[in-house]
Amino acid sequence: MIQAILVFNNHGKPRLVRFYQRFPEEIQQQIVRETFHLVLKRDDNICNFLEGGSLIGGSDYKLIYRHYATLYFVFCVDSSESELGILDLIQVFVETLDKCFENVCELDLIFHMDKVHYILQEVVMGGMVLETNMNEIVAQIESQNRLEKSEGGLSAAPARAVSAVKNINLPEIPRNINIGDLNIKVPNLSQFV
Amino acid sequence: MALKMVKGSIDRMFDKNLQDLVRGIRNHKEDEAKYISQCIDEIKQELKQDNIAVKANAVCKLTYLQMLGYDISWAAFNIIEVMSASKFTFKRIGYLAASQSFHEGTDVIMLTTNQIRKDLNSPSQYDTGVALTGLSCFVTPDLARDLANDIMTLMSHTKPYIRKKAVLIMYKVFLKYPESLRPAFPRLKEKLEDPDPGVQSAAVNVICELARRNPKNYLSLAPLFFKLMTSSTNNWVLIKIIKLFGALTPLEPRLGKKLIEPLTNLIHSTSAMSLLYECVNTVIAVLISLSSGMPNHSASIQLCVQKLRILIEDSDQNLKYLGLLAMSKILKTHPKSVQSHKDLILQCLDDKDESIRLRALDLLYGMVSKKNLMEIVKKLMTHVDKAEGTTYRDELLTKIIDICSQSNYQHITNFEWYISILVELTRLEGTRHGHLIAAQMLDVAIRVKAIRKFAVSQMSSLLDSAHLVASSTQRNGICEVLYAAAWICGEFSEHLQEPHHTLEAMLRPKVTTLPGHIQAVYVQNVVKLYASILQQKEQASEMEAAQAVTQLMVDRLPQFVQSADLEVQERASCILQLVKHVQKLQAKGMPVAEEVSALFAGELNPVAPKAQKKVPVPEGLDLDAWINEPLSDSESEDEKPKAMFHEEEQRHAKHRPPEVDEEELARRREARKQEQANNPFYIKSSPSPQKRYQDAPGVEHIPVVQIDLSVPLKVPGLPLSDQYVKLEEERRHRQKLEKDKRRRKKKDKEKKGKRRHSSLPTESDEDIAPAQQVDIITEEMPENALPSDEDDKDPNDPYRALDIDLDKPLADSEKLPVQKHRDTETSKSPEKENVAVVEKKSKKPKKKEKKHKEKEREKEKKKEKKKGEDLDFWLSTTPPPATLPSTDTLSANTSIVADPKDELEELEREAQDEEDDEDQDQERKSSKHKKKKHKKEKEERSKDKKRSRKKPPGSEEAAGEPVQNGTLEEGPLPPMSSYSLLAENSYIKMMYDVQGSLQRDSQVTVAIILENRSSSFLKNMELNVLDSLNAKMARPEGASVHDGVPVPFQLPPGVSNEAQFVFTIQSIVMAQKLKGTLSFIAKDDDGATHEKLDFKLHFSCSSYLTTTPCYSDSFAKLLESGDLSMSSIRVDGITMSFQNLLTKISFHHHFSVVERVDSCASMYSRSIQGHHICLLVKKGENSVSVDGKCTDATLLNNLLEEMKTTLATC
Repeated sequence: MIQAILVFNNHGKPRLVRFYQRFPEEIQQQIVRETFHLVLKRDDNICNFLEGGSLIGGSDYKLIYRHYATLYFVFCVDSSESELGILDLIQVFVETLDKCFENVCELDLIFHMDKVHYILQEVVMGGMVLETNMNEIVAQIESQNRLEKSEGGLSAAPARAVSAVKNINLPEIPRNINIGDLNIKVPNLSQFV
Repeated sequence: MALKMVKGSIDRMFDKNLQDLVRGIRNHKEDEAKYISQCIDEIKQELKQDNIAVKANAVCKLTYLQMLGYDISWAAFNIIEVMSASKFTFKRIGYLAASQSFHEGTDVIMLTTNQIRKDLNSPSQYDTGVALTGLSCFVTPDLARDLANDIMTLMSHTKPYIRKKAVLIMYKVFLKYPESLRPAFPRLKEKLEDPDPGVQSAAVNVICELARRNPKNYLSLAPLFFKLMTSSTNNWVLIKIIKLFGALTPLEPRLGKKLIEPLTNLIHSTSAMSLLYECVNTVIAVLISLSSGMPNHSASIQLCVQKLRILIEDSDQNLKYLGLLAMSKILKTHPKSVQSHKDLILQCLDDKDESIRLRALDLLYGMVSKKNLMEIVKKLMTHVDKAEGTTYRDELLTKIIDICSQSNYQHITNFEWYISILVELTRLEGTRHGHLIAAQMLDVAIRVKAIRKFAVSQMSSLLDSAHLVASSTQRNGICEVLYAAAWICGEFSEHLQEPHHTLEAMLRPKVTTLPGHIQAVYVQNVVKLYASILQQKEQASEMEAAQAVTQLMVDRLPQFVQSADLEVQERASCILQLVKHVQKLQAKGMPVAEEVSALFAGELNPVAPKAQKKVPVPEGLDLDAWINEPLSDSESEDEKPKAMFHEEEQRHAKHRPPEVDEEELARRREARKQEQANNPFYIKSSPSPQKRYQDAPGVEHIPVVQIDLSVPLKVPGLPLSDQYVKLEEERRHRQKLEKDKRRRKKKDKEKKGKRRHSSLPTESDEDIAPAQQVDIITEEMPENALPSDEDDKDPNDPYRALDIDLDKPLADSEKLPVQKHRDTETSKSPEKENVAVVEKKSKKPKKKEKKHKEKEREKEKKKEKKKGEDLDFWLSTTPPPATLPSTDTLSANTSIVADPKDELEELEREAQDEEDDEDQDQERKSSKHKKKKHKKEKEERSKDKKRSRKKPPGSEEAAGEPVQNGTLEEGPLPPMSSYSLLAENSYIKMMYDVQGSLQRDSQVTVAIILENRSSSFLKNMELNVLDSLNAKMARPEGASVHDGVPVPFQLPPGVSNEAQFVFTIQSIVMAQKLKGTLSFIAKDDDGATHEKLDFKLHFSCSSYLTTTPCYSDSFAKLLESGDLSMSSIRVDGITMSFQNLLTKISFHHHFSVVERVDSCASMYSRSIQGHHICLLVKKGENSVSVDGKCTDATLLNNLLEEMKTTLATC
């Protein structure tokens, strides 16, 4: 079982927080912080597994994470999950994000947290792995997007125009925080079929 | 109205959407909290509006704020409103918010039941999907109970997308509503064989999760999982299954034996590291479970260790980490095989990655032996010196102690060395584990009598240099060792070389800077020391010296009396008075030493940590009952400590004069002894030769210590542990020489020297005699202590409720709650996992008479019993070949025998065996006989097996199915083989079989057995096929359509092997033939020739079908749906029994029996492209008629034609 999926950036700002076990909000924040500090200490060239933090679980739980440029993707899992399998799953998730957002960068996650959730929902459900085949995931996301489009989306055209106007006075938004090389793979790990 | 709409949308223009909110927060970095609270106010306004779009937008923003840590539970009702929106866009937002914020405590959650039910049954698959996803996060016991039935229906939804979600959510439902597990389980189990890989994987996932918590209930699924394991190609599924087997094997060692081979094969063949790693892990688990029973699995262990070594040597840190992790599991049972990789593990200690170093440390723990302990610890000590960062150094320290102290100091041959290691560790700065070192010092000194003298000398020098240790008191706990040092020097003061010197060291003013509890021990032990000095002096009649010591005490003790620590103060003032009294007596010239030492007579013994807990409560003692009536509260308050400094006088007054006459003392002591002997709570004292008051026998259990003085007790110079290592080496060398000598003598005597092992000059663990003959005093336990160790079971474990026996037949009362207006009869769900029972079951609900029901139940009971036996059967033998309709559970392990001829013979032989077995079964003979027989069989077969291990992944599925469906009533069929002749010449014979692929549409796999029947060596085999428009052979990437596909092996004379080729078919409604050629080079002594063999591949329509189980209710629905076209055939002159007929159809045409009544049966199959084919087979006197319905008329006609041919041969 996956206990929690956390995505945060190099400064510990949460970008996606998904717990599959109930924690009150402040504890959730505490866990994110603690996890961030645990992960931050680690070099990029050391192993991606961590004994669980004190807040989630106990000895049965492990943190498995990957670091892509500005973002950390952390999965907190128990011993029923295969460590290397989860590493692959993170890769699948990020590659799916990359496909759905077309060159995903941190900004996409910042402004479209809801969409990221919808994508995640097609990968993991209630703490259990639902689908590992990227094409299948992307196909489902796309047909849901089509369905949403046919319903006119959340905000109709005028609202979008307004938001463009609202945008004018904003200070520059960093454009180039790319998630980076998606192909940093663990050698010899074969993808799931 | 229209105006209102427009107004609404204009308003909305200025509402913030999620992006605006995010942007706003980013722009208000300084006053973020203020900005957000402003936004929340806006959101509250928006939520009050009627427009659902506005509400959805607001809820979407709330979800974002929730991520930032804001509680949004106040909006729960609005979230439900958005969940119930009709548009998918809004619904999705609502469910997302709910999944993030709802939990069991959310009170409005009960309002959602009907909404969720509506969404679950929505015609749009995404509405259903979104509801399932949401529910998976916030399902409560109530929701689970109310919706379980709806979700269970969704498990057989037509869309795999819904099916897989429904299957997965069942786990959550089970957790919240354990009663649902049994009714839902059969369907869940059926999903293990769902044609969609996603659904299959979900089912595996759920069952694995269930089985992990309560493995014993799922043992009966082992054969099914075994089949999946050997047939599945999905790594994710494989990993899950293999992990599950890891959990099952400890319960059933026979399962482990069965697993070893396929797992080893996987280890050899897989390229996926994740899979490889899990396989190794499970093999390890198997080996652990077998460790006692099976002698020879050294090959498997070696394989695992080898593979792990590869992982550890990999540059990838992740693999390295996992390799070490798995290695530590092997270590527990097979330490020897790991020990040979010591070099590698020591290398890992130098790794830059701390996690890896820690894992390596774990491994060291199990790798030490008497032989290498010193060496390893030495290495660790150098690491301690090098280590940066206190955490890692502390970890090293604890590991050193763990390693040395493990299993009662089992590996320590020289305790002097260990003491000096401990002393060296005290020089560590900044460690937090001073107390650990202290505990070890105490433990060793108390329990290893031989070492006391040495320990005391070390401790006294430690006390002497206490200023070094104590200088850093504030920062760390290393001063804790002084606690131990002081106590050891005091308690065993008789061993002290210069007690006076030590006494002075302990009375230094600097001591008062130590923590209170240490000072307290100092004070107490100063007196012990004092007592032994007095005794020495008096014996030597140096009265003046004795008085001088007393004076020293009187002078120095007051510094402790002034201590801020109460304990120190109390002890010091008490002792000071005592000493003053002694001084008076001394002044009178009276001998006092005896009385003073009497204070500390007797020896203290180690007590096991749990000893107190294990003392059984005596009969008739009620620990909860009041001994006295409880006192009123006010009284206890009165006993406050009074002014501290008055106490001195009081105590002085109370102090019992030491000059109670000898006899009285002895009498009292005797009485006390008597009492103690009868008192189980009392820790018995042991006789100590040095103490004056020796005891009567009764404590002989304390072992006597002999000191082997082959090692000097004192090492000249500093007691550096290294010197011990050297000494130890020398000692061992000496020992070895001696032994060799002895051995040589022996050898000379028995000249033939048959015992080879004794001639090997290697030094095994047992050869090393410890330097000191040390008997370690074991920790004391009360007599008749209960050996129970169930301290760690958690009664609140949520998974306990799921500990449910799944093999018991369902009782009528066990049904999922259904909404009342619905007819229960319509949801006729499969209640028994066995397809064979379906026919019985379908009648069952209609029957009203109780009698009948009881009968049914009895039958099921029998069936169940049978199942238990089946598992045994499956475990005890290599599974019987697929063609025999004799067992219900059948594994996929059937090995395809190399030579088809052999195969037939083999099948026949086995058929007979099988028959025998069945008879026995019926006669209920003991199964022992059976096992024996199968063992024989196994041996025979394993010979053949070695020749070829490959097998087509599909073949056993198809083969297994008819058996599952068959019942046991009738005589056996002649063996059937799905392989048919493709082509042959003098060199080679080709047999082939076509199987539809479950995983991919429009693909079939052709398995071809190639048998070399010549005496030449066949190589460079290449298979080429002329592609037609409709059918194409899958070629490696980049190859043109004219290229052949190489056969991945060569054939020595007489050998056969199987190769598989994949074909893509566009239309499957017609049978077709493909022309092809096999080219190869035949090489013999005369030279090599190029040869060819042409063949025609025949793809029948049946080969496009995959056996798919179907239940009568969905079968009925399918027939009712009306979009099936119909056709029928009739074949006369059939004499075969109906049962065999069905088996034959099932086997050759890949159908499964849905229901069978007398001589009429319905059958079902599915094509790889999703056509449903339903058959009604009726048997007349001498004829059989088959009515078919199918989504495609052409396909049906072709199929029926093929069937006609099959039936004509019956």
